[in-house]
Amino acid sequence: MKPLLHPYDVTLENEINEPLSFNHKTQLKHVDRTFKAEISSVIRLTDKEKLFHIRLIDRAERERFSFLPGQFVMLELPGIGEVPISISGSNSQRGFIELCIRQAGVVTGVLHRAKPGARVGIRGPFGTYFPMGKMKGHSILLIAGGLGLAPLRAPIFYVTENRSDFRQVHILYGTLDPGQLLFDYQYEQWRRIDGVNLSLIVEKPDAGWKGPVGLVTSLLDGIEMPMDDTYAIVCGPPVMFKFVCNRLSAMGMPRDRMFVSLERRMHCGMGKCCRCNVGSTYVCTEGPVFDFWTVMNLKEAI
Amino acid sequence: MLFRVLDKSEFHRLIDLFLESHEVIGPRRMDVRRDGRPVYQYLPVARFADLDLEYDTTEHSAKTYFLPYRENLSTFRFQDEDWVQDISYRLQPRAIVGLHACDINALLKLDKVMAREAFPSPYYISRRRNTFIVGIDHPPCEGAFCHSLGTDTVNSGFDLFLTDLGGRYFTAIDSDRGFAALQRVEAREVTEKDTADYLGVRRRIAAGFGEHLDVRQLPNLLDIEFESDVWEKWGGKCLSCGSCAMVCPTCYCYGVSERVSMDFRTGAKVKQLYSCNLVDFAEVAGGHNFRPRRETRLKYRYYHQHRGFVEAHDEPKCVGCGRCGRTCLAGINPPDVIRDLLAEEARQ
Repeated sequence: MKPLLHPYDVTLENEINEPLSFNHKTQLKHVDRTFKAEISSVIRLTDKEKLFHIRLIDRAERERFSFLPGQFVMLELPGIGEVPISISGSNSQRGFIELCIRQAGVVTGVLHRAKPGARVGIRGPFGTYFPMGKMKGHSILLIAGGLGLAPLRAPIFYVTENRSDFRQVHILYGTLDPGQLLFDYQYEQWRRIDGVNLSLIVEKPDAGWKGPVGLVTSLLDGIEMPMDDTYAIVCGPPVMFKFVCNRLSAMGMPRDRMFVSLERRMHCGMGKCCRCNVGSTYVCTEGPVFDFWTVMNLKEAI
Repeated sequence: MLFRVLDKSEFHRLIDLFLESHEVIGPRRMDVRRDGRPVYQYLPVARFADLDLEYDTTEHSAKTYFLPYRENLSTFRFQDEDWVQDISYRLQPRAIVGLHACDINALLKLDKVMAREAFPSPYYISRRRNTFIVGIDHPPCEGAFCHSLGTDTVNSGFDLFLTDLGGRYFTAIDSDRGFAALQRVEAREVTEKDTADYLGVRRRIAAGFGEHLDVRQLPNLLDIEFESDVWEKWGGKCLSCGSCAMVCPTCYCYGVSERVSMDFRTGAKVKQLYSCNLVDFAEVAGGHNFRPRRETRLKYRYYHQHRGFVEAHDEPKCVGCGRCGRTCLAGINPPDVIRDLLAEEARQ
């Protein structure tokens, strides 16, 4: 007797057979297939943070991979685990992806022991991005606290590569002590760019520190900018961006012109696992980049 | 929608046809409680007699056949310094017989998240498409509040839906394969008497529901009552065990972990259903926990059910089946929590 039901094979669908791209998020894809990649270079930044250059092995996949500043990837160490990491590099950079990673848990612990050439997996890019196009023609404040420079470095690259698109540009960066300053080898390069102002501040100076001492908010004291014509990107721990954004708000900046990046636990990156939910918002698909007005309306966000 | 009438003997024959070549899942009587009430579960059946279609409700929902409690998302073969990733999806068709309207509505809600949102899940879609669903009407079950959530009836999401008219089933057909299945047995056209009997049964079922629970104002109310004492009262009882999410027909959250075999030759990326009430649900690397208190975790659960899901999909995630309230070891029953919230608002 003929069986009543016929097997349905999802792998025969047209969509799923097109090349895998996570930028087409409404299409049916092998969503848990990871791009095979290798760690092409490891750069030590501080005691706890390293910068990893990750190169997709397959040439066609490498050329197809594109992201926008503020997006993140899921980095997988097969057999060990998978973690969400924001992209620290320039979106004009083709060939490799830059990920700045703090040693904080199991996966990042293994990663910090990995040697160049190690084979890892990359899914993504995921999430929303800083609306750089919308900021064109305006002044821009790029503010980071601590590890926040990792996600902020992508829009910094964008702004420095497209300097003529913006009016005044200020980069403000603060950490606890000078030993935690990330990407210190790039400050000189940023400072030499016409019309880019970089200010650094630490809370606990060491003997060699010559710059200002205090919180990153105090760097705003010396800034003279038309706040109603300025956009801000603020990356750092919630307590930091809350203070910074409230300060900017008091200075006259509309709250929907300040952009922050939220950090949450994630197990999928695709609006499924719920681990990143804030109230009822998925940080992975509706974020990680939010404007501050939206964040104010999210219960428990900060 | 097309309707046919199926004599019970023909329905029996249909199930036998399914059993010839497919796995069939259905409600089975597994045990008896101390108070004498039977315990049912959706489990594979070997013969028609295993099915107990007169059941009231099951302890677990049928979710596990679409979102397994544990499933390999991919496996890895390690060779030298490299690895190969393998992915496969479930291909074997099967039938689930005897789902109630609430559980089919639950699948429709899961479809929205798993099959239509951003990043449709091939794991879910292949299980859903490979499952033939036969639903069945039933008198209201104790403690359920499906009528308040509009999930006591269902118009899609199944292949066949039965209403018991005594010796025959009034059968709604919602798919071509459902229509094809009925052609293999004797299904006859609907007469005026069949329709009248069907409407009579439907009216009797609708009249059997108890007090209405006003859930329409919950989305707004949950925002206003975010700092309410109600969360302290009910959250304080919560044991953070996650049982509610396990039995819930629409809870889909999960965790992913990776494993390596003892000989280091293979590994797996394993998905396991989780619960937002478990203590480490929102804990991040470095140890910070965004919801360290059980009160905030319980509140979050209600927030997702009755506000977040409404915001995203214009309907609550809850289907009112009452399973979480029945299974809760601490006696936290959603209608009681919701009534407390409504009462709190009325006091102000």
